[in-house]
Amino acid sequence: MHELGIVFYIIRDVKKAAEENGVSRVSGVVMEIGEVSTIVPEYLLDCWRWAADKEPMLRGCELKIHTVPAVSWCDSCKQEFPTVAHGKICPHCGSDTTWLLRGNGVEIKEIEVPS
Amino acid sequence: MDEVKVIEIKKSIFEDNDKDADLLRKELKAKGVFLLNLMSSPGSGKTTTLIRTLNLLKDKMRVAVMEADIDSDVDAVKILRATGVPSIQLHTGGMCHLDAEMTRQGLDNVAMDGTDLVILENVGNLVCPAEFDTGAVRNAMILSVPEGDDKPLKYPLMFSICDIVLVNKIDVLPYFDFDLEKCREYVRMRNPRARVIPICARTGEGVEAFAQWLDDEVTAWKKQ
Repeated sequence: MHELGIVFYIIRDVKKAAEENGVSRVSGVVMEIGEVSTIVPEYLLDCWRWAADKEPMLRGCELKIHTVPAVSWCDSCKQEFPTVAHGKICPHCGSDTTWLLRGNGVEIKEIEVPS
Repeated sequence: MDEVKVIEIKKSIFEDNDKDADLLRKELKAKGVFLLNLMSSPGSGKTTTLIRTLNLLKDKMRVAVMEADIDSDVDAVKILRATGVPSIQLHTGGMCHLDAEMTRQGLDNVAMDGTDLVILENVGNLVCPAEFDTGAVRNAMILSVPEGDDKPLKYPLMFSICDIVLVNKIDVLPYFDFDLEKCREYVRMRNPRARVIPICARTGEGVEAFAQWLDDEVTAWKKQ
């Protein structure tokens, strides 16, 4: 249910971008999705196929997902560490005053159009 | 093989909504209307808490309620019957959250002029509503005791965007392994600014503190 909502936003933005670029068909959409964005790629792809095929401009259009690793920052020892492996606790110094730097975004990187 | 042309977009899918939300907040400011976004899991006691709160505030200011649900109007009818406060039902049509555009459409159906406070009861869900800014001035959430004190660890984004966390159903604390101090600490880890108020919507305990917070916030929003 969550992923379907996200798909509707992707479709809206892709259609807008296509119109702005004078494009009538899109064959591929490349997404950059953060590791901790709470999106399940398999569900997103299923929802995409169902919803995109209902849009003439996007029929058969492939959704490609690039995963962006999540990285946290430790305020105590001023170092970065991978969020998924270590969670809230810094592996360098054991502090819990850590913050997510990146890896929760959902971004449309580019669209591919048949030339 | 067919050649394809690549057009770079580089845009977050939340960007348009974030802009809409900021615009809506500006409009609310100009009209002197305070919008509260109330979120929680299904069954945490949002509607019961709301009824208690509305009965404390309705003689002090003009209040309206927007109930967002996937379907049905049971909540809007219940609120109206229990408080007399005008309440409209928004259907999200299967979507798990409200965005700023849907919130605006809802506000268009509320007689905003002269209304001091609009409370939006968001869809019961701890994931999606946190990602979509509704344009509300403040975000509140309810965490009920049976859900467990570790929810801030499991749904970090929700707790990081909330200004106030109501811990509801404290009358059943003796029957659950729910550690109120641990819960406060977990909330603090996610969001040091969030205020935590333990309440029991069934008996009314603690609801006055929430109503007072809301009263102060509405006054401050109108003055600024």
